[in-house]
Amino acid sequence: MSSASRSSVLVLLFCAALCSRAFAQATQPVLRIAADPNNLPFTNDKLEGFENKIAQLIAGDLGAKVEYTWLAQRRGFFRDTLKHGDAEIVMGVPTEFEKGTIPTAPYYRSSYVFVSRADRKLDLHTFDDPILRKLRIGVTLVGGASNTPPAEALARRGIVDNVVGFSVYNDYSQPNPPARIIEAVARGDIDVAIVWGPLAGYFAKRQTTALEVVPVAPQFQPPATPMVFDISIGVKRSNKALRDQINAVLARRKPDIDRILDEYNVPRVPPPAAAMKSEEAK
Amino acid sequence: MTRRHTQGFLIVVVAILALSGAPEAQAQSTTMPSEDGQWTMPGKDYQLRRFSGLDQINTQNVNGLRVAWTFSTAVNRGHEAAPLVVGDTMFIVAPFPNYLYALDLKNNGALKWKYDPNAQAAAQGVACCDVVNRGCFYDDGKIYFNTLDVHTVCVDAATGQQVWKTRLGDINTGESITMAPLVVKGKVYVGNSGGEFGVRGWLKCLDAKNGNVLWTAYSTGPDKDVLIGSRFKPFYDGEKGKDLGVTTWPPEKWQLGGGTVWGWVSYDPETNLIFYGTANPGSWNPELRPGDNKWAAGMFARDADTGEAVWAYQYTPHDLFDHDEINEHVILDLPWDGPDKPLRKVLIHPGRNGFMYVFDRTTGEILSATKYTRNTCIKEIDLKTGRPTNVEEKHPVVGKVIRDIQPASPGAKDWQPVAFSPRTGWLYVPHQNLSCDYEAVEASYIAGTPYVGVNEKMYAGADDPDSLGYFTCWDPIGKKIVWRLKEKFPVWSGALVTAGDVVFFGTMDGRFRAVDAHDGKSLWEFKCGSGIISQPTTFKGPDGKQYVAVLCGVGGWAGAVVAGDLDIRDPSAALGFVNAMKDLPKYTTKGGMLYVFCLP
Repeated sequence: MSSASRSSVLVLLFCAALCSRAFAQATQPVLRIAADPNNLPFTNDKLEGFENKIAQLIAGDLGAKVEYTWLAQRRGFFRDTLKHGDAEIVMGVPTEFEKGTIPTAPYYRSSYVFVSRADRKLDLHTFDDPILRKLRIGVTLVGGASNTPPAEALARRGIVDNVVGFSVYNDYSQPNPPARIIEAVARGDIDVAIVWGPLAGYFAKRQTTALEVVPVAPQFQPPATPMVFDISIGVKRSNKALRDQINAVLARRKPDIDRILDEYNVPRVPPPAAAMKSEEAK
Repeated sequence: MTRRHTQGFLIVVVAILALSGAPEAQAQSTTMPSEDGQWTMPGKDYQLRRFSGLDQINTQNVNGLRVAWTFSTAVNRGHEAAPLVVGDTMFIVAPFPNYLYALDLKNNGALKWKYDPNAQAAAQGVACCDVVNRGCFYDDGKIYFNTLDVHTVCVDAATGQQVWKTRLGDINTGESITMAPLVVKGKVYVGNSGGEFGVRGWLKCLDAKNGNVLWTAYSTGPDKDVLIGSRFKPFYDGEKGKDLGVTTWPPEKWQLGGGTVWGWVSYDPETNLIFYGTANPGSWNPELRPGDNKWAAGMFARDADTGEAVWAYQYTPHDLFDHDEINEHVILDLPWDGPDKPLRKVLIHPGRNGFMYVFDRTTGEILSATKYTRNTCIKEIDLKTGRPTNVEEKHPVVGKVIRDIQPASPGAKDWQPVAFSPRTGWLYVPHQNLSCDYEAVEASYIAGTPYVGVNEKMYAGADDPDSLGYFTCWDPIGKKIVWRLKEKFPVWSGALVTAGDVVFFGTMDGRFRAVDAHDGKSLWEFKCGSGIISQPTTFKGPDGKQYVAVLCGVGGWAGAVVAGDLDIRDPSAALGFVNAMKDLPKYTTKGGMLYVFCLP
């Protein structure tokens, strides 16, 4: 029975894909994407990011052509692109993020990670490791009253004095500003960085020194903020039809998407078992 | 007949009011500044009094004001600047892209010239949400102003030709400039914005001749960077000690410490001191920066020539609520010790934190610190130590909603400047009545970093749940409210008071108002094309008539819901301000326009 319902879903998806293809050929649709021109591994204007690749894959599947609106992803990004601009989608938003977008189903789930030099053999897995009190730790800062979850987790343990901040904004005239924190680990300026997985996985591979990338634990420790986030494509609120189309592509092309994420060393964590079961029950 | 009688009666009443109010006030107030009919700097004078000695327009005839001419700035964002008048020319600077216009007063404001600083378009995407500019400054034949992309510009006032342009920072690192410079004795004082982006605050002093930076005073870091040396004599023990800009932070956190300088700088010719406030400690959430976090959320008194700190005071040690203390420090000489005693040299600062401070500006002693709005987060200011006594229950905790924090982060008053009348001895304060809830909730995302943001939802404080805005007449010696007007929206415009005893201010729903300086009675209003968040000024035209000028064009932090087309369904947009302002789009649209008024 469960397999019967799955195949009927597939038939539906197939229909949707066919319909959208037919639509595409008739009107040459354009997939309008808002993206940061200088933010690897996610996007850049040379189309070298994994979100660029996945966007191309989705557009190809829909028979559409990709057009980008380039803007630094800082305050006002969603307002100036999705709300006022022509852009229809932003490739990566937390699934629970609701500001002005409707999310697709998540296409990956990643975690904050510890990044350290392999030759240091720190073997760090948890925020509760006492060695964190002695290390020089780098965290990203987003400014204002908000915290990145690692900064908050450290503060709750009273680990403050040995924490160094790296603004996620940094100097935008340099390539990929958020990469500075990983470079600091490789140079030995800091002992460990606690960074969002995709950023860490990609830049860790590109240092001349071997770096360890290990997902943090605990993942959840309420009421603290989680370390793990589902990531979706954010679609302009008014365009539910496009979201449904993209959802169909995400489901059908999952193996291709996973392959791209692998190429960029995006660390992924499995979805919680309970959630999988409830999906199955539907 | 009835009408004539009524009119006569009114005039008598007004005359009595004038008689009973003015002379007494005059006796108890500071010396009257001289009046040349111009308005050459945003604050009218170095002391930031915003008082004009012109009195052609007065409480009895102001209701006859009508539009003389208008000018469109071609920009739709928030207009916060003051129209300046020098001779027969008016100068206005628009929000980003920061055009500077010179208008001919002999010819109904016809455009004389326009200067475009070619500010980098990227400034909008890379800098913060706010693209306002708080005005230009005239000195010795030149106009000085700052651009959002971190430059100070000097332009020849007669020709509109650029004399020099100096880059003071890098927009790519999140720095920007929105403040109006101060120019005194050949020196230009400029401070930065961008505390949210991990910027370290500074005030720079430039040579007015060529734009070279003469000195930089940082707001955080070691004494040598803060220009604290042998002349530093703060009044309170909490401000004494070596390198407090380092030792009151966890190691190295002062480097991203904020304390930007985006408000007003005042200058006292008698003591040769400049005074200015610093913004919130930036970037670091409070729990990541235990300590007082000096010198963020404080103020400095510096030698105007060398920049050396002479005294300093931190309004809010370890700021929890984003209470930038960049609001103005107004320089006054008041009969503080009694009518027969010598005038006291004071400094008045309407605090973001909801207290009206009166300092002895020669020593830094707080003479009084009095609440001027409802306040749920600070009990009092201890005058022995200078420190606020906080209400512990309002301390933000991760994962817990804290309700009813007043003042919310824009404070009891934000950047919008007060005016002081030497005729009444009273201060005219445009401000707001904002409380808020703090809660950590929704997942958010910046440049590839997901996090959970703190939602701040603002709403009107419980004293007046239907009024987000106040316009308050404050008696600084009596330490009390004389009268108060309530407005639906925050009063985000500056105030202007004249020798005609008329007070002018604008509202965010676009009404330019004139009220009686004595009792706040409404005398006249005009509905402008967009909401008003700018600084009204007044001047004597080439025809000898008194004019009043104001820019409309809603925006700024409070008006972002209109200027930025924010989504009213998102209560945390514009850092929580949209929740309070969701009705604003029903009352005004955007659009930058100058209005100039006169009597027929």
